[in-house]
Amino acid sequence: MSSDSTVSTGASVKKARRMKLPAPNAIVGGTLIGILLATACTGALWTPYDPLKLSFREKLAAPSALHWLGTDEFGRDVLSRLMAGAATSVWISILTVTLAVIAGTTIGLFSGYMRGWTDRIIMAFNDALLAFPGILLALGLLAVVGANKYGIIVALGIAYTPSVARVVRGTVLSLREREFIAASRVMGNSEGFTMARHILPNCIAPLTVLATSMFGYVLLAESALSFLGLGVPPPAPTWGNMLAGSRPYIGQAVWLGIFPGLCISLTLLGINLLGDAVRDRLDPRMRGSR
Amino acid sequence: MNTKAAPLLDVANLTLRIGASGRTVVNDVSFQVFPGEIVGIVGESGSGKTLAARAVMGFIPPAVRLEGGTIRFDGQDVMAMSAKDLRTMRGSKVGMVFQEPMTSLNPSMLIGRQLDEGLALHRKLDAPARRALILDMLRSVGLRDPEGALTAYPHQFSGGMRQRIMLASVMLLKPALLLADEPTTALDAVVQRDVMELMVELTKANDTAVLLISHDLGMVARYCSRIVVMCQGDVVEQGLSEDILARPQHPYTRKLLSAMPHRLPARLLPEAKTPIVAVRDLVVDYPGRQGFFRKGEAKRALHGISIDVQPGEVVAVVGGSGSGKTTLGQSIAGLVKPAGGEIRFNGKPIQKSDAAYWDYRLNCQMVFQDPYSSLDPRMTIRQLVAEPLRLVPDMTPADRKARVAEVLTEVGLGDGFAERYPHELSGGQRQRIAIARAIVRRPSFVIADEPVSALDVTVRAQVLELFDELQKKHGFSCLFISHDLGVVEQVADRVIVMQDGRIVEEGPRDDIFDNPRHAYTQKLLAAVPGLESTPEGGVRLFWRRTENEASIVG
Repeated sequence: MSSDSTVSTGASVKKARRMKLPAPNAIVGGTLIGILLATACTGALWTPYDPLKLSFREKLAAPSALHWLGTDEFGRDVLSRLMAGAATSVWISILTVTLAVIAGTTIGLFSGYMRGWTDRIIMAFNDALLAFPGILLALGLLAVVGANKYGIIVALGIAYTPSVARVVRGTVLSLREREFIAASRVMGNSEGFTMARHILPNCIAPLTVLATSMFGYVLLAESALSFLGLGVPPPAPTWGNMLAGSRPYIGQAVWLGIFPGLCISLTLLGINLLGDAVRDRLDPRMRGSR
Repeated sequence: MNTKAAPLLDVANLTLRIGASGRTVVNDVSFQVFPGEIVGIVGESGSGKTLAARAVMGFIPPAVRLEGGTIRFDGQDVMAMSAKDLRTMRGSKVGMVFQEPMTSLNPSMLIGRQLDEGLALHRKLDAPARRALILDMLRSVGLRDPEGALTAYPHQFSGGMRQRIMLASVMLLKPALLLADEPTTALDAVVQRDVMELMVELTKANDTAVLLISHDLGMVARYCSRIVVMCQGDVVEQGLSEDILARPQHPYTRKLLSAMPHRLPARLLPEAKTPIVAVRDLVVDYPGRQGFFRKGEAKRALHGISIDVQPGEVVAVVGGSGSGKTTLGQSIAGLVKPAGGEIRFNGKPIQKSDAAYWDYRLNCQMVFQDPYSSLDPRMTIRQLVAEPLRLVPDMTPADRKARVAEVLTEVGLGDGFAERYPHELSGGQRQRIAIARAIVRRPSFVIADEPVSALDVTVRAQVLELFDELQKKHGFSCLFISHDLGVVEQVADRVIVMQDGRIVEEGPRDDIFDNPRHAYTQKLLAAVPGLESTPEGGVRLFWRRTENEASIVG
C-alpha cells in the first residue's frame, strides 16, 4: 500500500493466466453433474428397454450383458428405470429449488429492506415454518395438494422457502449498513434500483451455496417421500421409489438398492463440489486468489 | 537517563523473512532501549515495525523465519530462551499494549478477573493484597469508580477507558519494558492525548522503559527521546527526536515530515450573496432501543444546527466521537431524516418541492470514510464511477465513457484501472475511486466524511493534495468532516467545532487555530502539533496548551 498510484501489473497478469485452469472441485463436480444431466436428458427420450414393461420371466435377474444393472421384482430393466428416474428426480429438484429461491429471495429482500413491523411479522411467520422439519412440513402440504409430481414440487418448494428467506434477509440486513448502499442513495438512485443493482448481486454468493446444498436436500427429500409412498406414484420410476421398492429384496437382489443409492450419493457429491466452485467463480474477490 | 548503562533491550542485526516467498520483512534492524527511556519506532503499514517489536517478546508468526541477528533483553538472549522463561519474561518483565482496545480485553471476563490473572500468575501475593494493588492501579489510570469497575465487563467502557484498563493490567506487574503498538490509533484526538500522557506519567513513575510503535510521527516526536524510522523492513534513520525532526537525513524521513499537514495561506473567496447550502435549526433524533411493547427514549443527536456553506468554500466540521459531526453530514446528504429544521440549496428549501430536491440530489455528493466498504465489491471501477452518470439527462454512452476516463485521469489513476475490481486496489487507490465517483457528475457540493482517516500517512497526504487540487479546479463547495485537526488545517477555509450535538465555536481557519476561545477547541488543538519549517528541510513542532494548563506550565 506504500506505493499508491502504481500497481505491480506483472503479478496480476501471471495470476490471471494461472486462473484459466479450473479448480479440481469444478472439474470433478462438473463431470458428475454433466453425466447426471446427460443421463436425465437421454432418459427422458430413450432408454435401453421400456422402463415400465413387465417381464416376469426375467424377474430379479443379476447384472448381465443383457441387463447391465439387473432387473427388479417385475423383471423391469434397472438401468432403464434409473435413466427415466433421473429425468423425473432432476426435474423435480430443479423446479423445487427454483421455486424456493424465487419465493424466499423475494420475501427476504422485502423483509430485510422494509425492517420494522413488516419485517417482524414476516419473520415471525417464517420462523414458525422453519421450526418444522422440512420433510414434515412437506408431508402435511402433500396431504393437501395431493401426492403427484407437481404436488411434491409445491410442497417441498414451500417447505424450503423459509430457510432461503432467512439467509437473504440476514445478508440484506448486513449489506444495508455498508457504505456503498448509502453511496447509492446519495447518488439519487431509487430504492428499487439500489436493491436490484447493489443488494441482490451481493446476495448471490450465499444464495448459490444455499441453492446447491438445497438441491441435494430436495433430491433426498423427494426420495424419502417416494420411499414413504407419498411421492411420484408407481409405476413411474424415481430414484426414491426404486430405493423403497428394493427393500424387501435386499437379501436376494442387492443391486436393486445399491444402484439408486449410488446415483443419489454421486449426484449430491457432484452438486456440492460444483456449488463451491460456482460460488468462488461468481465472487470477484475470489478470482485470482487461486 | 544514563546512556552509559547497559541497554535494557538490545536488538542487533535482526532479520526476519517470510518462509514461503522468501521476502525479507525485517532487514538487518538494530536498535537499543535503555532503562527508563521512551523510544519510538515510526513507519507505515508494511514497514516491519510491528514484527520487529513482536520479535522482542518472542512472538513471531509461524510463517516468519528468523534469519539472523540477536535480541537481548536485560543481557539474556530472547531467541535462546526456553518456552517457560519466555512466559516468565512476558507479562512480568515486558508488558504489551495493543492497538485495538475493543479486542484486546476478553469480552466475557470481568475486569477484576482479567487484571488479577497476570498478577496471580507472576506475583506471590494473597487475594486481598492483589485486590488492593488492582484498585490502586485502576485509580491511578483515572477510573472514577475502581470498585465498580472490578465487576464490570469490557463493553461497559468506552474505547479510551478500555485502553486505560489495558494499560493498568500491564503496569500492575511493573514491567521493565512496555511495548505499545499503536496504543491510541483507534481513539479520537483528545482521548488519544489523555491516554498518552497517562502512559508517560505511569511509566515514568515505575521507571519503565517504553518502545512506542506508531505511524504518527508527531505523536512519537512528542513523547519519545529517540526515534527509529523504518521503511519496508529497513531502519532508514535513527537518532534523537529533535535531530530527526529538525535535520532529517534520509529522503523517506523527509517524505514523512512533509506528509504532516501544513497550513497554506488563507484563500480569498469572492463575496457571495446566497450560500449554496444553508442549514437552519437542524434537529436529528435517533430512536431509542425498541422492544416488542416498549419504545425506548429517543436520543437527540443534533440540537438545532445552523450552518452556511458559500460557493467554492471548504467548511470543516471537527469534533470527537459522539459529537454528531457524522450525523450532520449524513442528514445534509439526505441519509438521515431530520426531526426538524430546514436545508436550503441555492436559496430553495429542498423539502418543499420535488424539483428543488432533485436539483440538490444531483448536485450533492459524498465521499465516505472507509474505502473498503463504500465501493460495491461486485462492480468494476468503470461501472462504479459511471453509476452516478445514469441519472444525468442528455448524456450519450460515448459521453459517459469519455467522462469516466477523464475523471479517472483527474484522480491520478488513468483509464487502465477501469476494468479492475475494488479488491485489487490499495486503500489509497480505492479512496481515489470514491472521490472520482463523487465528482464525476460535476456536483457543486461535496460532503467528505473522514475521507483520509483510514489511510497511511504518506498516502493520506497524497489523497488530501488531490482533493485540494480537484476542489480548486472544479470549485465545488465542500463540507469536510474530520476528527483530525491537522488535516483540517490544511484544507479548510472555515472551521466549525462540534461537541455533543451542538456547535461550540465557528470561524475562519486562522482564527480558530490561532485564537481558540472555547475550552473544547483548545483541548482539540492541544492534541495536534503545530509545525514550523527549519532551514535544514526539517520541522520544529510546537504544542498548543489549553488555558488552564498554560497557567501551570507558564
